[in-house]
Amino acid sequence: MRPFTYERALDPADAVARVAAHPDAAYLGGGTNLVDHLRLGVAAPGRLVDVSRLALDRVESRDDGGLRIGAAVRNSDLAAHPSVRHDFPVLSQALLAGASGQIRNMATTAGNLLQRTRCRYFQDVTTPCNKREPGSGCPAVEGRNRTLAILGASEHCVATHPSDMAVALAALDADVVVLGPSGERRIPMADLHRLPGDEPARDTTLDPGELITAVELAPLPAARRSAYRKVRDRASYAFALVSVAAVLEVEDGVVREVRIALGGVAHKPWRATRAEEALRGREATAEGFRAAAEAELGAARPLSENAFKVPMARNAITATLRGLVRAAGERA
Amino acid sequence: MTLTGTPPAVGTAVGPAVGPAVGRGVRRLDGRVKVRGMARYAFEQLAESPAYLHLLQSTVARGRVSDVDASEAEALEGVLLVLTHLNSPKLADTSDGEYTVLQSPGVAFRGQIVGCVVATSPEVARHGAELVRIRYDEHPHDTRLREDDPDLYAPDEVNASFPTDTDEGPVEEALRSSAVVVDQRYSTPMEHNNPMEPHSCIATWDESQERPTLTVYDSTQGAHGVASTLAKVLGLAQQDVRVISPYVGGGFGSKGLPHAHNVLVALAARTLPGRPVKLALTRQQMFFLAGYRTPTLQRVRIGADADGRITGLVHEAVEQTSRIKEFAEQTTVVSRNMYAARARRTSHRLAALDVPVPSWMRAPGEAPGMYGLEHAMDELAEACGLDPVELRIRNDPPADPETGKPWSGRHLVECLRVGAERFGWSRRGPTGSRRDGDWLVGFGVASSTYPGNVMPGSVARVRYGGRGHYAVHIGAADIGTGSWTALNQVAADALGLAMNRVHLEIGDTALPMATVEGGSSGMASHGSAILEACRRFREEHGESPEPGATTESAAAEHPEAKEYATHSYGAQFVEVRVDADTGEVRVPRMVGVFSCGRIVNPRTARSQFRGGMVWGLSMALFEHSIVDHRFGHVMNHDLADYHVPTNADVVDIDVSWLDETDLHLNPLGVRGIGEIGITGTAAAVASAVHNATGIRVRDLPITPDTLVR
Amino acid sequence: MPGSAGRDASAYGVGVAFARCDDGYTPDVHEAAETRETREAGEAGVASGATEAMEATEAKLTLTVDGSARTVTVDTRTSLLDALRERLGVTSPKKGCDHGQCGACTVLLDGRRTLSCLSLAVAQQGRDVVTASGLDDSGDLHPMQEAFVEHDALQCGYCTPGQICSAVGVLEEAAAGHPSLVTDPDVPAGSAVPLTDDEIRERMSGNLCRCGAYVDIVAAIRDVAAQRPPVPSR
Repeated sequence: MRPFTYERALDPADAVARVAAHPDAAYLGGGTNLVDHLRLGVAAPGRLVDVSRLALDRVESRDDGGLRIGAAVRNSDLAAHPSVRHDFPVLSQALLAGASGQIRNMATTAGNLLQRTRCRYFQDVTTPCNKREPGSGCPAVEGRNRTLAILGASEHCVATHPSDMAVALAALDADVVVLGPSGERRIPMADLHRLPGDEPARDTTLDPGELITAVELAPLPAARRSAYRKVRDRASYAFALVSVAAVLEVEDGVVREVRIALGGVAHKPWRATRAEEALRGREATAEGFRAAAEAELGAARPLSENAFKVPMARNAITATLRGLVRAAGERA
Repeated sequence: MTLTGTPPAVGTAVGPAVGPAVGRGVRRLDGRVKVRGMARYAFEQLAESPAYLHLLQSTVARGRVSDVDASEAEALEGVLLVLTHLNSPKLADTSDGEYTVLQSPGVAFRGQIVGCVVATSPEVARHGAELVRIRYDEHPHDTRLREDDPDLYAPDEVNASFPTDTDEGPVEEALRSSAVVVDQRYSTPMEHNNPMEPHSCIATWDESQERPTLTVYDSTQGAHGVASTLAKVLGLAQQDVRVISPYVGGGFGSKGLPHAHNVLVALAARTLPGRPVKLALTRQQMFFLAGYRTPTLQRVRIGADADGRITGLVHEAVEQTSRIKEFAEQTTVVSRNMYAARARRTSHRLAALDVPVPSWMRAPGEAPGMYGLEHAMDELAEACGLDPVELRIRNDPPADPETGKPWSGRHLVECLRVGAERFGWSRRGPTGSRRDGDWLVGFGVASSTYPGNVMPGSVARVRYGGRGHYAVHIGAADIGTGSWTALNQVAADALGLAMNRVHLEIGDTALPMATVEGGSSGMASHGSAILEACRRFREEHGESPEPGATTESAAAEHPEAKEYATHSYGAQFVEVRVDADTGEVRVPRMVGVFSCGRIVNPRTARSQFRGGMVWGLSMALFEHSIVDHRFGHVMNHDLADYHVPTNADVVDIDVSWLDETDLHLNPLGVRGIGEIGITGTAAAVASAVHNATGIRVRDLPITPDTLVR
Repeated sequence: MPGSAGRDASAYGVGVAFARCDDGYTPDVHEAAETRETREAGEAGVASGATEAMEATEAKLTLTVDGSARTVTVDTRTSLLDALRERLGVTSPKKGCDHGQCGACTVLLDGRRTLSCLSLAVAQQGRDVVTASGLDDSGDLHPMQEAFVEHDALQCGYCTPGQICSAVGVLEEAAAGHPSLVTDPDVPAGSAVPLTDDEIRERMSGNLCRCGAYVDIVAAIRDVAAQRPPVPSR
């Protein structure tokens, strides 16, 4: 753990200026992932710029009925926010399925998005890892990969993205607002995280120095019927083997609107567009849900230890959609 | 204090120690300081200007250190010392490979200690450790346990001095002629103890006196054992090593013996005389250096007649040990006398691999062994078309099948019957028949057992301090077991005093010798010594002693113990729910009924039983140290990835025990309670999972991927 | 009487953390440990080397710890947990994993339960830290602590201070209407969440207890929650 300097940014522009000027500077938010990495030797910045006390800690309703979520809003506060609970329950549930009460009190919205993989080789600096040390190799491809990717991986990296919240935001087509040295831009969630390809060291499409300042949600009435299902090895406080964020609106037995994203299966939150296509405008039946899930998972390329994720994801998608239909019926 | 129901009485002999305190659910005496965080564990002991030690660990699994470049680390401000094999003081005794630290460039497993950095702050020590460059000549290694390893060997004996193999009666013939035969393989994975408090010490080497002395605050289950090991390894007289350990944040066997880090911190302290050196293993380091449970590959063959009476039983285990020190776990010993079988064969074979040193982990032997045996019994019940409770009752032996000795008190059948009643076992349905919404529901059962152990050698001292107050001294440990409280209860009754007149001191080698707090033997060994010391004190000094009157004594001889086979028994019943879609397993209900002799403190005892059952649940569903054999080390070496149960995983655990006193083993009538709770549990869970799903998972743990379809 | 222990502990230059039974009355050893702690915390047992100058990689900060203002100079790398334990002598929060995976280091930071191991001390300037040793400023036990002792919701005691801080935080969070993963969706946003056993279990799952005292931990919290009905506190 090499020494670093610490400074507290005055406002977002000041933060960006401080980090952009130093290639070995990093933003410090809730610290739940960065401090972990400092201690593991996975990250070794020379300069930390604290953005946790910036005035980015509010959830605001937009005029159009959407939400603007400040980057420094704590996960627990976001999960408890009345608008989130009412209009986007999938987001509240995803947040509450993540980590522990203490960590949710610390972790920020932006930090949650920028979590790095929990791949064991990435976290163990005594082993090679292309994400941590480009070109050193990926021992996970033929190693202990039970928890790793089945979709969109490359020969260079089979890591998964660990966030639950990001899976819900992917399903909700959120926009990520970013401030950089040359100004502000908006990145659709689908474009924020990358697939590993031959550059696994890059988790996101953010440029050096860019700071996430907010996440915006456009109104989506269908999202009031949404849910997050997380499958894990123990009942709580564990990363997902597979997770499903789903929005489902059924009218007269026909799927009118559907959004599905998967966690625990890829280097990024995996938007299940093929499954959505297979469902939209069709009858909402258990068989249809299963066929749609299978359509999505046809692209799966399991590793030596994680073939189980294919039926697990299929069943979790089916069960989540089934549950939403059931809940709709109960409330109707 | 309310028990979970009223246990039936059996064997209610009254022992000499019964008084107002023993048998009462006294609140934990150390509870008050612990709930405020004021109990000082080893690393928290006051130390002036301490230095902090950070380990250097090998990054190859076999080979030798070829080059050390410590120049950058040594140049770092605040670094006091970089210690490697190149500059380490020599040890006086190198007969034990685990304790032979920094004496050669050799590397015998990945993660082995190859040096350390000592600095004025923990941050600098850690940074310094990152700056030391170590190069290796790497040799080919083998860390994979295989049943067909040509180098498997039979150890001279297995842990706790049991014979390696036994062969009674014509077992192959019995199996051939049996109406029903179960022949299955079961495996349990490598598991790590992971007490919440990492292994920690503060060591101070003092050269200001005539002879050098070493004082160590240590987190240990046996201060005297640490002191004698360090004295021997370092070449000090035993009385010049003092080990102090008043509070211990869990051990579960991993603190039963000292480990390499104890020697390392002493070497560092010796190099920096007068300065306290502090070392706490990181959670990650604990996966290399603090012992672990060997993986086991077991084969169980049971033959029975059409009525389910066992005719022949074979239980074979393959396990691993390290190349530098042998630890042979007694996995199949339980099958030697658990059930009535006319012909029995048991064996253990070891592979010495390039792996860290395995050691004790809660119920070594019984925990993995009872998993294999009891899972096979469940399969036998199914094959015979018998209720698994009834199968066990039919095979309850009237005397120890191995020695022919009478049981000091075997009440397995009562435990099974009481447990079945409390659990509602009669509502168990056929395999795969019960469903509640998306959950498949199943019931399972298994037996538990653990031997009644007493270790000789403990001594207690009683001293009258005046004004009605007595000191009771013994170098025992409380690792969460409740000894602070229960030993005080024993002493109070033995002296005929109120508990607040007795001032117990434990956890210090300046106190009389005590054996390790392990093998569920603490109360039987330390309590018996206290009982005898108190008795003799009254005999020597009467009811009105002079202040300063002192008596020291070991436990009284108890020759009768040799004439009996002394084991504790229990029955565990489990309800599981398996998510029909995802294979996730939940355990909403567990019932355990135990027969363990006298219970000194029902309140703390219940916690011990429950804790053991939580461990059994954990073994069934979660625990698994995952090795990448190309590197030769455990990859999930932290608490995010090495799963133990969370609060949400543990729901309702109903514990009760038979009201019983077993005076055959010791005058207190106790048989020990710390480990039995983990035995059999995993088999009960596997039995319930099968009942719910029809799927037999024979290789632990039973994770969702083993059940999703 | 200490002589009966073989040798005087003070000969080793290190303190013995608990009192010996001398002639006459001796308080309970555990209470003695507590008394000594109160007296010596923050005075002895503090790393001295860390105050050597290291340019901008160290910082001076002021915190309120268990009701007292404390000023300390820390390495920027120092966690809040290490600042408390190694610099300020406050050892109530425990180090079980140092990576946010066990909860033993839980403290209340500005009233919210927080992992002190993942908090850099330097980032906590001006904040209020409450540990399990400062939950009750009269020096008595907090009702949650009483309940833990009564239900034997602890064994080795190492996770216990973190469990207790977490439990106190859980009561506040539920009263403030914070949902958990198992909260009934029909509980309206903003109103207090009733602490069923399922709620307690899920909310306490960030605090591992290797001794397996969970059933009793839930019972202890259930008792305290029943004494204090969940009403919104803000």
